[in-house]
Amino acid sequence: MVPTRREFLKIAGFSAIGLVLPPLATLTGAQAGMPAAGGVFPTAPGPLPALRAKRWAMAVDAGKCRPGCRDCIIACHLAHNVPDFGNPKDDVHWIGLERVDHVFPAEAHPRLPESIKGLSVPVFCNHCENPPCVRVCPTKATFQRADGIVMMDYHRCIGCRFCMAACPYGSRSMNYRDPRPFIPKINADFPTRTRGVVEKCNFCEERLARGILPACVTVCKEKALVFGDLEDSGSDVRRLLDGRFSIRRRPDLGTGPQIYYLL
Amino acid sequence: MKLYDGGKIIAGIVVFLIVASVPFWYGMGKAVPPPDFKLDTPAIERLKEKLCVEPAPYMRANHMKLLSAWRESVVREGNRSYKATDGKVYKISLTGTCLECHSNKDQFCDRCHDYAGAKPNCWSCHIIPEEVR
Repeated sequence: MVPTRREFLKIAGFSAIGLVLPPLATLTGAQAGMPAAGGVFPTAPGPLPALRAKRWAMAVDAGKCRPGCRDCIIACHLAHNVPDFGNPKDDVHWIGLERVDHVFPAEAHPRLPESIKGLSVPVFCNHCENPPCVRVCPTKATFQRADGIVMMDYHRCIGCRFCMAACPYGSRSMNYRDPRPFIPKINADFPTRTRGVVEKCNFCEERLARGILPACVTVCKEKALVFGDLEDSGSDVRRLLDGRFSIRRRPDLGTGPQIYYLL
Repeated sequence: MKLYDGGKIIAGIVVFLIVASVPFWYGMGKAVPPPDFKLDTPAIERLKEKLCVEPAPYMRANHMKLLSAWRESVVREGNRSYKATDGKVYKISLTGTCLECHSNKDQFCDRCHDYAGAKPNCWSCHIIPEEVR
């Protein structure tokens, strides 16, 4: 029997409902069976309450840096299992040490005093207000948190290195090789990275969650690194910036870097 | 339609089918014994109540989903605490919380994953405390 137009439409309609309903039923079932993962979490596991801020930032009082001092770099790289490949081609770093005239090429001129010209300053990820690396990341592996920290989700990084091309500060490093054998001493509290993943400074997000300041700040004997909340007028970093002249790297690019240098 | 060299072609197909299906014939009727493991660790024996963060059947079936939710929670949302269905609060940490009790990763994780042919890539970055010490 050939169905009439009306019968055919009825059958088609019921079939469409039948196709849609089963996935819906399994979806709701799965949600009911799963315990409250991703629900409302209490804050701060650990002895100290987590440090929170509206806008994390750092000031570098470069005049206080001892010549040749690498304490902040060593502490950071030990804390975060940063590999040392021993050659500049594969170099991976979270904190670098650069000459002032390389960090501030537009501000440098031949008549600068020797005390400033010969200075080397630590360079970090600037945790930009308007981070170009986040804009270009195709997998959202790098993203900006509400407190301003530009984070890496190493689980999602596919190693395309768009972020490295986008970052005007060279703050990001690629693991061209398996980093594990090149880590001098593995810190069991922090994961390593794997080959094909980009890494960079995370403002010690994992330490802030435990209520302690970044490793570079705590290790600096000269107190040259000052870290705090830029939105809090009583914070150390705000008081320092309110009292003295400070510059940022390449502000003309509009990235809004959050590392302030006092020279 | 005429099939040229039909005998050779059909013989070839038969040989191919036999060779390709040898693994199935070979394994037919034989059951691979399920992995035999010892899950107790000193840390678990010290526990008064031998309970994981969620009931064991749930963990057995859904640990990968829970770990994935934990990962998103810590990395993307900055939440490091997990409130279990029984109301207890746990610190979210693969190395710190999971492996603290299940310190026998080669027994606890690997035996089953090898048996099931699952290849999670957790340990290419996350650290097994035993290996570091």
